[in-house]
Amino acid sequence: MELFEWIGSGVQLSLKTVRYLPSLPRHWKQLVEQCLFMGYATVPLVAILSVFIGAVLALQIGYSIIDFGVKQYIGTIVGLAMVRELSPVMTAIMVTGRVGSAVTAELASMKVYQEVDALRTMNIPPERFLVLPRLAAVVLVMPVLLMVSVVTGWMGGQLVCEFVPWIGLSSDAYYQSLKEVMTVGDITDGLIKAELFGIGILLISSHLGLRTSGGPREIGAAVTRAVVVCIIFILVFDYFITNLLI
Amino acid sequence: MESSVEVEPVPVSVRNLCKSFGAQEVLRDVSLEVEAGGIFVLMGPSGSGKSVLLRHLVGLERADSGDVRIGDGDAHLAETRERYRTAMVFQAGALFNSMSVYDNLALFPREHRLYDEQTIRRKVEQVMQVLSIENAGAKIPAELSGGMKKRVSVARAIIMEPQLILYDEPTSELDPILAATTSELIATISRETRATSLVVTHDRDLARSIADRVALLIDGRLVFKGNPDDLVNSSDERVHEFMNPTINPDKPRFRKQDISA
Repeated sequence: MELFEWIGSGVQLSLKTVRYLPSLPRHWKQLVEQCLFMGYATVPLVAILSVFIGAVLALQIGYSIIDFGVKQYIGTIVGLAMVRELSPVMTAIMVTGRVGSAVTAELASMKVYQEVDALRTMNIPPERFLVLPRLAAVVLVMPVLLMVSVVTGWMGGQLVCEFVPWIGLSSDAYYQSLKEVMTVGDITDGLIKAELFGIGILLISSHLGLRTSGGPREIGAAVTRAVVVCIIFILVFDYFITNLLI
Repeated sequence: MESSVEVEPVPVSVRNLCKSFGAQEVLRDVSLEVEAGGIFVLMGPSGSGKSVLLRHLVGLERADSGDVRIGDGDAHLAETRERYRTAMVFQAGALFNSMSVYDNLALFPREHRLYDEQTIRRKVEQVMQVLSIENAGAKIPAELSGGMKKRVSVARAIIMEPQLILYDEPTSELDPILAATTSELIATISRETRATSLVVTHDRDLARSIADRVALLIDGRLVFKGNPDDLVNSSDERVHEFMNPTINPDKPRFRKQDISA
């Protein structure tokens, strides 16, 4: 019963937020701040992680297929895996850890210390003032983060192919095999996934933050809950959206 | 307070209000009327349901049964609070910690697009001057003392030019001088803006000195309604004990409660 109530109020929050979309230009300052926080500060993290994901992927694929004499396909597999699956999912998990947790902590703290109540008494809907700029920011930064992740992931794979002696695949050959199979549709699918993950993460984090009640201890509990729920959401939703996009 | 804007005061009416949280009954059949433009002080011991009643007036709680009205509108509806501008001064201030004091004060007119930025600046600076917080504009709330936070919180309410101002424990955690200053501030705002004021407190001095009408809430029930003099002279034992509590270390109240429980 509680689950239905939780889902219901989450849907309500989402619809209310979307309803206030026309008022977004009024919150451009907050939007820029949130874009800087969510995007600019997350880029290095995404880049570092993606380089190593691409590198490890190239190593594992190289190890698995080297005996079959088809090492030229490493680029194809790394390229497609990064753009269609690993970059959207890993970027979403990093956004959960860095952005989702921060959003929940901030909103939960505002709720516990009655700042959200103060907004309501001033007839300023928290969905408009707090959730909307964050939601718009995540929609704007997710494609950028995804592309950073994809490109750095490919580069990680390229470095391994070029410099690991027992693979010994040139960068030209690596990128040639990547280009041969990559289509705009693959990139679009990755972008759709990343956008949907980002929207989901932001709404779940905001919802859990604004539902917090009690004291400072509940703020920590809300953050933990938000991270766990977001990661479960990403992995479960990933299966269904992949099924749909394939 | 020359900068204050005179407003059309609005009456408040609470009829047969009941509210429970789970099995705990917090408000039991509470009825009261607050005259337009008056200062109504709602007193009661901690945990008696005063703040919960106040939260009904700003739509933060919904009544289990009964009727809470501001003017002729249901207090729970946002449109009522849009029609009758209502401001609340929270016990802990509830100032926005991520914003400067100036931005806290400018938030309401900005968000409701009441004035252009230049007019907002002029109004905010006037109110800050009136409340002697003009040097705090660039500070964030965490840098303010308790008394300053209260004043900023009151300033944020005044800037809304409200017809009804609700004060939740405005003198709690303040020293006696600052508590007296705050009481004077509430009376002055009421007199000069003509806004209706509803003050929730357990400060007896505040009630005696500035209230037009007083009510006493104990365990979710109203046990007294009247003027401050009647409250002081009441023969009701509960009222008398609240107004003149004796301190007797040989017979402490908490032990008495333990035994009866």
